[in-house]
Amino acid sequence: MKKTEKNGAEIFIECLLKEGVDTVFGFPGGAVLPIYDALYDAPLKHILVRHEQGAVHMADGYARANGRPGVVIVTSGPGATNTVTGIATAYMDSIPMVVFTGQVPTALIGNDAFQEADIVGITRPCTKHNYLVKDIKDLQRIIKEAFFIATTGRPGPVLVDMPKDVLTAKVEFDYPEKVELDSYQPTYKGHPGQIQKAVSLILASKRPVVYAGGGVVLSNASDDLRAVVEKLGIPTTTTLMGLGAFPGTHPLFMGMLGMHGTFSANMAVTNTDCLIAIGARFDDRVTGKIDEFAPYADIIHIDIDPTSISKNVKVDVPIVGDVKVVLKDMLKALPAQKAISAFKKETEEWLAQVDAWAKTHKLSYKQEEGGKIKPQMVIEKLYHATKGDAIITTEVGQNQMWAAQFFKYDKPRTFITSGGLGTMGFGFPAAIGAQLAFPGKTVVDIAGDGSIQMNIQELATAVQYKLPVKVFILNNMVLGMVRQWQEFFYNKRYSHTCMSVQPDFVKLAEAYGAVGLCARTPAEVEPVIKEALKVKDKPVLVDFKVDPFEDVYPMVPAGQPLNKMLLV
Amino acid sequence: MRHTISVLVANEFGVLSRIAGLFSGRGFNIESLCVAETLDPKISRMTIVTTGDDSVLEQISKHLNKLISVIKVHDFTEEEHIERELALIKITANSENRAEILSIVDIFRAKVVDVSPRTYTVEITGDGEKIRAIVELMRPFGIKEIVRTGRIAMARSAKQK
Repeated sequence: MKKTEKNGAEIFIECLLKEGVDTVFGFPGGAVLPIYDALYDAPLKHILVRHEQGAVHMADGYARANGRPGVVIVTSGPGATNTVTGIATAYMDSIPMVVFTGQVPTALIGNDAFQEADIVGITRPCTKHNYLVKDIKDLQRIIKEAFFIATTGRPGPVLVDMPKDVLTAKVEFDYPEKVELDSYQPTYKGHPGQIQKAVSLILASKRPVVYAGGGVVLSNASDDLRAVVEKLGIPTTTTLMGLGAFPGTHPLFMGMLGMHGTFSANMAVTNTDCLIAIGARFDDRVTGKIDEFAPYADIIHIDIDPTSISKNVKVDVPIVGDVKVVLKDMLKALPAQKAISAFKKETEEWLAQVDAWAKTHKLSYKQEEGGKIKPQMVIEKLYHATKGDAIITTEVGQNQMWAAQFFKYDKPRTFITSGGLGTMGFGFPAAIGAQLAFPGKTVVDIAGDGSIQMNIQELATAVQYKLPVKVFILNNMVLGMVRQWQEFFYNKRYSHTCMSVQPDFVKLAEAYGAVGLCARTPAEVEPVIKEALKVKDKPVLVDFKVDPFEDVYPMVPAGQPLNKMLLV
Repeated sequence: MRHTISVLVANEFGVLSRIAGLFSGRGFNIESLCVAETLDPKISRMTIVTTGDDSVLEQISKHLNKLISVIKVHDFTEEEHIERELALIKITANSENRAEILSIVDIFRAKVVDVSPRTYTVEITGDGEKIRAIVELMRPFGIKEIVRTGRIAMARSAKQK
């Protein structure tokens, strides 16, 4: 029996439904009018954003919060180019996402048509893969492949560019069951011999450290990581992207490592004789001076992406595979309790040393009564007020580092930040996406006064969909992290970092129909946080007037080894 | 060290740009690049000549493999293989030097493929060394133009014992 034909736009909707998509983020325009017409009565929730960059960060936040791919629809030309920063952000952090862009009709491609941009060319280096659909017959296969590629292996954004005439052409709807891609077969299972080698190396070590990254979160392997770490009793640190992959309140957790990592984590990594890197990629913000990173260690590296292995640091035991699968196999490969007891005895001294480092150099700040609000205090009060049960997103800079240091993340997918690209303006739309993924949860964007102004227009989106997202602006009137570098390394020449003109954030929130609050003194912080958390039907913007000269410590100056930290 | 890498790719538009973009974006070198369809019209073969130390080559090979459009990557460096390039050389030729040019062409088993009153155009195939050698010998006569392909390569079949 011949099925009825549908046009490209209708097929597009059917494909999304087959993929289990329930929410899409988008902004209409000429080239995607056929899709918007089909969306009019489709059982899909469409979030109308105020800027396409916002749509991509929302889809990103949505994906990071619940693990399902984020979906974006934008028009051709400027609609498409506005997505680029968001796509690059998702690419750097390996976030599954499919971005659909409209394109001018195929006959006009290359003609400098109105609202034409070569978005496939532009996004080639910042997508995992991308497509231009030239023929309606390819549309369903390409959408199937796009979701498959975005969500498997090392996840990442995929872009599908759809000319307007493809969206109006007709074909039968027959969604492929399977993807046939000979050239794309990610390795999930680690090599058993390599796993055995890793286990032997760990058991022979006396000063082991686990260094876990965002890959543990992406692979949903937190429980498996915890099982291995607890069984062996290995001190554990995570990257910024790995926060939440291992419980932040766990006695074996040393905190984050790297440029603004804890003293104990950085000292442990510098002195370890066996570094077990799991789903992490030895980023320069983590390693500091690369030649002096973990100088005494044999390095084991588990990662699904072969290009991550031995890219920056030579690895002794590489294991290519999905972190979850490898950790499960590793747990099985561990020897009997007797051998483990012997290992634990050998590492007792090391654990005591790590403990001593943690005790002598805690993360700290000094809040003076009657003084200015310390930004770290705001984060700590938020942690206590929520009892840690919240999804925290961040912007980029000092706010991001304090949010990483002073909130304890016990669960994965509760800390959402632009780690790789470091995109200011990410946190707020990402919080909107996370809130849509978990309507009942407390979602707070820790922001700076600089970053928040980069995507502040999305307040209207949050108000429109009655999303109770909280934005905590740590308002120091400066671009704080850049100012900090100018203070330390540029002779206090504060070139263009002072934002002396800024809106009245309270009035701004109210102008958008959101709630605006402000705290000026340390005593006001707790009550204002409580008041903000009570709001359930609209966004809240809180302006915390914080100490403009507070710096982020510890700090490893760029290019220095990890044990050369500037301490408070 | 110089490496010759063969890359089988899906024969679709934009694939050359993906490969070239990978090399430029990650700071890898391309000395030459040849592309043509294989027996299977859905697949093209690219032969890339690149340089780098072992760790760079490892990354090049891994990154090529990571591209969705890449089916297979093969580095010829460690094995017996045949390499060929082709060059067309247009040489100033007059009554005094024609004979000498032809004798060089003969020695190199090259071919004269076009003749005009004042020029010879010579076609030569061989490895890079051979082409460099003939270019040097022809240079004194006056080379008006030279066009070279990149390198192509194929593994030698196993020798019978």
